[in-house]
Amino acid sequence: MSFVEYGDTIKDGDTAIVFLGHESMFPVKVQHGTVTQTKYGVIRHSTDLIGKKYGSKVTCSKGGWVFILHPTPELWTMNLPHRTQILYSTDISIITMMLELKPGSIVCESGTGSGSLSHALIRTVAPSGHLYTVEFHQQRAEKAREEFREHGVEHLVTVTNQDVCKNGFGVSNIADAVFLDIPSPWEAIGHAKSALKAEGGRICSFSPCIEQVQRTCLAMEEYGFTEINTLEILLRVYNVRTISLQIPDLGKAAEDNSSTGFDSSSPSHQGSPCANLQQGTVQFKSGVPLREVVGHTGYLTFATKS
Amino acid sequence: AMEGGPGARIREGDCAVLKRDEVFKAVSVLRRRKIIFEKQCFYLDNAIGHIYGTTFEVTSGGNLQPKKEVEETTTETKEAGTDNRNIVDDGKSQKLTHDDIKALKDKGIKGQEIVQQLIENSTTFRDKTEFAQDKYIKKKKKKYEAVITIVKPSTRILSTMYYAREPGKINHLRYDTLAQMLTLGNIHAGNKMIVVETCAGLVLGAVMERMGGYGSIIQMYPGGGPVRAATSCFGFPKPFFDNLHEFPLSKVQSLLSGTFTTETLPSDPEENALVEEESNGLSEEKQTSLQETEEEPVTEAPMEINPTEEQDTMDINAEDVEFKENKEKENNVREKQIKQWERRRKLKEAAALLREKNADGLIVASKFHPTPLLLSLLEFVAPSRPFVVYCQYKEPLLECYTKLRERGGVINLKLSETWLRNYQVLPDRSHPKLTMSGGGGYLLSGITVILEKGKPDSSNSEALKMEEPSSKRCRLQDLPC
Repeated sequence: MSFVEYGDTIKDGDTAIVFLGHESMFPVKVQHGTVTQTKYGVIRHSTDLIGKKYGSKVTCSKGGWVFILHPTPELWTMNLPHRTQILYSTDISIITMMLELKPGSIVCESGTGSGSLSHALIRTVAPSGHLYTVEFHQQRAEKAREEFREHGVEHLVTVTNQDVCKNGFGVSNIADAVFLDIPSPWEAIGHAKSALKAEGGRICSFSPCIEQVQRTCLAMEEYGFTEINTLEILLRVYNVRTISLQIPDLGKAAEDNSSTGFDSSSPSHQGSPCANLQQGTVQFKSGVPLREVVGHTGYLTFATKS
Repeated sequence: AMEGGPGARIREGDCAVLKRDEVFKAVSVLRRRKIIFEKQCFYLDNAIGHIYGTTFEVTSGGNLQPKKEVEETTTETKEAGTDNRNIVDDGKSQKLTHDDIKALKDKGIKGQEIVQQLIENSTTFRDKTEFAQDKYIKKKKKKYEAVITIVKPSTRILSTMYYAREPGKINHLRYDTLAQMLTLGNIHAGNKMIVVETCAGLVLGAVMERMGGYGSIIQMYPGGGPVRAATSCFGFPKPFFDNLHEFPLSKVQSLLSGTFTTETLPSDPEENALVEEESNGLSEEKQTSLQETEEEPVTEAPMEINPTEEQDTMDINAEDVEFKENKEKENNVREKQIKQWERRRKLKEAAALLREKNADGLIVASKFHPTPLLLSLLEFVAPSRPFVVYCQYKEPLLECYTKLRERGGVINLKLSETWLRNYQVLPDRSHPKLTMSGGGGYLLSGITVILEKGKPDSSNSEALKMEEPSSKRCRLQDLPC
């Protein structure tokens, strides 16, 4: 296993995802002789995991079961230990596409943070590209290095511990794309420009506040970036539910059975409304938005160096 | 890997994209070929040899000329009003008449100068606020300054272009939705992917770009052959197509039941396939004639199939041609046979790849009902791999969700949609753009797991319940208000 290459069976040293149920999961480092506690009981790595296929159902000591999943950047994003606020897959998707990343791309990123975006970037630029990521917090930089090693991707990434606003990315005229997620991105636009290839490339900056975006846009213009474009992407998730709505009693049934407005004799296949006049309800499938959703993560500003 | 990132030069025969403001058009770079774009006629000859990303001005003769860096004409000592209390719309503020402007244009005066003249001849310009002046100049520049930029095609550019120009051809798949699909599907180099799409080959192209020529793709197509008009706009290098396979959807059932042979090929669909590809190839006529058919998008345009003109050429002349013709016919027959063998060989290859049932993912974005596609095609996917289904409408995905739950072998099912909002960011004038797209489709995604047939997943009642909010009937009073 590695985060850039699928494997079929679980091996010693792998990072696997234990899936317990609806969006409830956590990562484990697979190690001979180790046990992992879940609410369904104990998982013994040597006998329950190693040698099994990814996607297997594993029965725990109390009789309950879990699924063991192959790691992906998306599953990692949902389960990684937070050292900072992180970017989620919805923003990551549009960043990856708008920066035009693909195998072979050279990308610069700052800050590394918890490595949520980093894993996705590495996955996309592998096997011939490279990520140069800059993190000014020493502990975080070290932790990220450790994770990249554990996940089998250290050959695709260079972590530098310095201040991107003062010292830049540590490389010049090499990058196809630059990504910034720092409090004052406008101070790093000049460094971003020199990190990008002389022939050009793409840049993206992520900021939660509009004032940050304004200063960043001005800096981008000043440094000659074109195609400056700010956008925001929001995810809406729907729960699939069967809903029953009661038919109001308007006293019509006594007078005329056929005038209720619902043709109960029509073929009622899955997903279409189904009237049950005896019980006085109509049933249908609906995608119900969650009660509370993320309303804002950050503004994404893209631009081109040409 | 793929050659030519940014900084590559425009070559004859390239697939390129023309850009003016937010409008795109895909073209192939050919000499002495007239291009019509945004009401301008020009030739691309002079663009050859320049770097992608170069901005050109269209000269009066229809030639392209690299635009020189403009020293922003900071109008000397700016004069501006503070409000519009004294500005009256009498329709007489512009002293230049229509004919005057036309005369300027006919003389071949540069757009920049025309804009300057318009400003000088506007009696109200100096009374306008600074912001209003800005807006005025921008509007006039857009109209009179004929500049176009030539950019390298990419998923970003082509998906934006298709969504704006011909959303009907891609089932209204908005570019941010496509971006989600690529990420949710964990598309990357080395994958073995199954792709079903009726999006003109745009989704296929996006998957190919992300795989960079590493790994393999099996495209499952309906009808006579896969449509790859948009795929060809990407200008992928030849090796990218070495591991691109195709397999007819109509043969899926026989492959699953073990009765599949290449001998029972659908009656030579090859010709149709070829014609379809050609008629959908990269051609400007196509791009400009893109009219969205709002109604009945499902039954829409079943690929124009050009009638072959063989018939007409057959009875041109007398006997002396006959011999030649017979020989040609013979050659044609042999050629046809070779093509058919080749096609059989490729089909066998694709079938063998599918039979391994170890694909690393499934991407569906089609005009068809997703449920039957998913129920059959997931058989070919290995456990612990992601799948993503796009549909323009939510309802079919609700059903698909329910059926997949009944089938089992999938977890982490998620029905979602993204919203996209663009912003104007200018000093003291920042706000969301006035219009946004109403809908870019829906996605159903999940992860495959080993399907234990005959054993219903019921031992873990708690997990099951958590996994299946749908099985719990939601009463009216439980719903959030």
